[in-house]
Amino acid sequence: MDNLQLKQTANEIRKGIVAAVHSAKSGHPGGSLSAADLFTYLYFEEMKVDPKNPKDAARDRFVLSKGHVAPGLYSTLAHRGFFPVEDLTTLRHVGSYLQGHPDMKHIPGVDMSSGSLGQGFSAAVGMALAGKLDHADYRVYALAGDGEIQEGQIWEAAMFAGHRRLDNLVLVIDNNGLQIDGNIEEVCSPYPIDRKLEAFNFHVINIDGHDFDQIRSAFTEARNIKGMPTAIIARTVKGRGVSFMENQASWHGAAPNDEQFAVAMEDLEKAGEALCQK
Amino acid sequence: MSEVKKIATRESYGNALVELGREHDDLIVLDADLAGATKTGVFKKEFPDRHIDCGIAEANMTGIAAGLATCGKVPFMSSFAMFAAGRAFEQVRNSVGYPHLNVKIGATHAGISVGEDGATHQCNEDLALMRAIPGMVVINPCDDVEARAAVKAAYEYVGPVYLRFGRLAIPVINDPKTYQFEIGKGIVLKEGRDVTIIATGLCVSEALEAAVRLEADGIQAEVVNIHTIKPLDEELVLASAQKTGKVVTVEEHSVIGGLGSAVCDLLSEKAPTRVLKIGINDEFGMSGPAKELIAKYGLDAEGIFHKVRGFL
Repeated sequence: MDNLQLKQTANEIRKGIVAAVHSAKSGHPGGSLSAADLFTYLYFEEMKVDPKNPKDAARDRFVLSKGHVAPGLYSTLAHRGFFPVEDLTTLRHVGSYLQGHPDMKHIPGVDMSSGSLGQGFSAAVGMALAGKLDHADYRVYALAGDGEIQEGQIWEAAMFAGHRRLDNLVLVIDNNGLQIDGNIEEVCSPYPIDRKLEAFNFHVINIDGHDFDQIRSAFTEARNIKGMPTAIIARTVKGRGVSFMENQASWHGAAPNDEQFAVAMEDLEKAGEALCQK
Repeated sequence: MSEVKKIATRESYGNALVELGREHDDLIVLDADLAGATKTGVFKKEFPDRHIDCGIAEANMTGIAAGLATCGKVPFMSSFAMFAAGRAFEQVRNSVGYPHLNVKIGATHAGISVGEDGATHQCNEDLALMRAIPGMVVINPCDDVEARAAVKAAYEYVGPVYLRFGRLAIPVINDPKTYQFEIGKGIVLKEGRDVTIIATGLCVSEALEAAVRLEADGIQAEVVNIHTIKPLDEELVLASAQKTGKVVTVEEHSVIGGLGSAVCDLLSEKAPTRVLKIGINDEFGMSGPAKELIAKYGLDAEGIFHKVRGFL
């Protein structure tokens, strides 16, 4: 996909996120929208996955360590063909397979159940270790939040991954700067994230997480790094694409009402039209 | 009569892993800097590439085990019960239990028989914690023969299994030539009509000895070994309770949430029966030689004998 197609796809994925969260009347739109471009690149460009064979042993793996942004992952998987896009609006409804947090037992394409912060990354490290033990070619990607890395388990996993030189592993950090209680720097600063991960033997790349040239270049660089895992720290805007949600911590875990939903969809429709005219 | 052989079930764990490792390439053993104590060192020696030391980081070890299991490995994550079931409880619940992954938890140094290290390391709550996780199989073997069979059964079973082992060398009471282990099937070791003593782990041999002393007093005690706390052998427990009308449970665990609670949960619903729960009575342990602690908390044959007499 070229950058325009990636942007158009990401815009559709954002619509799915907003529609799903609106339908559920709860959920986490802010971090789903900040990570939408990263999700798009991973599933439409970077990863070897087959929606028709979601359990293929040779596939690349993805773990959503910041599991609360499940709407972002689900919308991406649906648009990639793992399940019908129409099902997105069953999110969080009783009886739906689209649980509030990723459930690998019931959702095609979900490689690990996650949601309790800090745990997903360890599972990704375990998958990367299995790949090394089996001399397999697959790569493993984990997406963590910048607030999530306040969890100690992230650093246990980082220490292990660096120690074991797991160069088939990429940790992506969605650095949108906001967590539930406010600005991450004011709550309990994780900065400097890059220097910390370098000290844990990671190759670290800082990028703008909404710039597909930079995203492409970072994942390409990661593939060529040998002997150490890579961390991509993606600077993003929480709520990206929906005017009233951008950079607002209050949209971490709240759903738009009907009027807000209409405004959000209009924002995204306009963005989509602008992309069509390019 | 020759001297009874004594082996700690943690030794059985390590030895069984080596035997299984020779047959199965997908078996991976994980440790958190305690390979010497969990007795997986023998596995590490024979299969260094399949032994993963995660360092002192049990939460991460649990997640790594989960990740390995999603890729078709059969990981046995090993640590003390306090850390495997206690510290890593939420990781076991959410990263292993919820996705029902094929992870085996080898928890050694369970209960007060840890001994001198004292209360911080004496986990009397692990059976309660693990039993509460949906889909978790919970096994507490009573000797070397049963422990080795349990490790093999846990490998064959697909799904999460919690295996509880001890630090203390305990009598080998089962005959390896005839012993048969099946997950969820209790074993009647001695038949009786006056009272049913249901025991698990190292308390099984003590209960058998207590039954011999009771017999000398004219009391016919039925002794049941429940190695699988979950799923509980409901049929066997109900049948024995209905036969004798009185039940005593014995475990090296808190009386809250373990074998005694599991038995009471069943009997209160299906066959209300008087039950005496022998275990650790809602208190922390303490330092001391393991044998002395077992006696102090009334879990030895002498303690069981007196409590059963008082109960009848």
